[in-house]
Amino acid sequence: MSRPNPESATTPAKPRVRISFLGVAGELLLTAGVLVLLFIGWQNFFNSWVLNGQQNGAAAQLGKQWLEQSGPATGGSPSPSGAAEGGASVGPRADIPVESQPANRQTIAVMYVPRFGIDWKRTIREGTGLDVLNSSQAGIGHYADTGMPGAVGNFAVAAHDTGYGSSFLHMQNLRLGDKIYVQTKDGFYTYAFRNYQYVQPNEVAVLDPVPKQQGVQASDRLLTMTTCNPPYHTVERLISYAVLESFSKTPPAAIASEVGQ
Amino acid sequence: MYAALWRVLPGPWWLRLIIVLALLAAVLFVLFEWVFPLIDGVLNKNQQGTVGT
Repeated sequence: MSRPNPESATTPAKPRVRISFLGVAGELLLTAGVLVLLFIGWQNFFNSWVLNGQQNGAAAQLGKQWLEQSGPATGGSPSPSGAAEGGASVGPRADIPVESQPANRQTIAVMYVPRFGIDWKRTIREGTGLDVLNSSQAGIGHYADTGMPGAVGNFAVAAHDTGYGSSFLHMQNLRLGDKIYVQTKDGFYTYAFRNYQYVQPNEVAVLDPVPKQQGVQASDRLLTMTTCNPPYHTVERLISYAVLESFSKTPPAAIASEVGQ
Repeated sequence: MYAALWRVLPGPWWLRLIIVLALLAAVLFVLFEWVFPLIDGVLNKNQQGTVGT
């Protein structure tokens, strides 16, 4: 070796350490164990935590942008009037705007669920592929052949319960009547939670215009959310249904402090 | 194996320690950014919270 080594000069008779097969094998096994633990930690904590922040931030930015575009009168600040809920700004049902079906991966809406946390928000994109559900810019995917927000029928979305932002981790905390707000570039749709269903993973009938009533003509405007059940496992699906209550152009009072932040 | 790595590294002990920590950070970054997402995609194909897939 050309590198000077002062230690070797002072300790000349040090025997070479031999690398034993068992020693290397043991170290490899220990390494494998650490890697598995790291993977579990990444999957359940790091991944959820980091992506949760990124998805929240992306949704907040989008909500703010839509709010600023929608009304020159509001000027980016939420309307102070409480008329949003059940007041004069709620038009007849025929006046509820419904967007046309978007292209795959196109951004549809921002969802706010105060029961999941007052600062919880997520972007909804078209399609339920992993490119949407695992995205740091989205997190919630819209089933491609189901209705749009505000439409008569079933606006159905899916998200992870654990991992990749853990969007629907607290789904089982929803109570009857809990508000679920869906913001599009048109305004705010307010849905009220109605009920749960626990189904098998292949139960696509929950996406029907009238869930689990194939071929029946829809008259309600539903929001259906699907996620894995139980948390951290995938044996079942937890389905939440909510019914449209109102539409308003300005942010509803309950989330006015969050929109545009 | 790791003892051999330690002997191969140049410099005094604190420099070796810094190099080892830098190596660890690099390995962790590669794992978190690319390897774990790849493994997760293979292991949990049916874990998207969707019905009918």
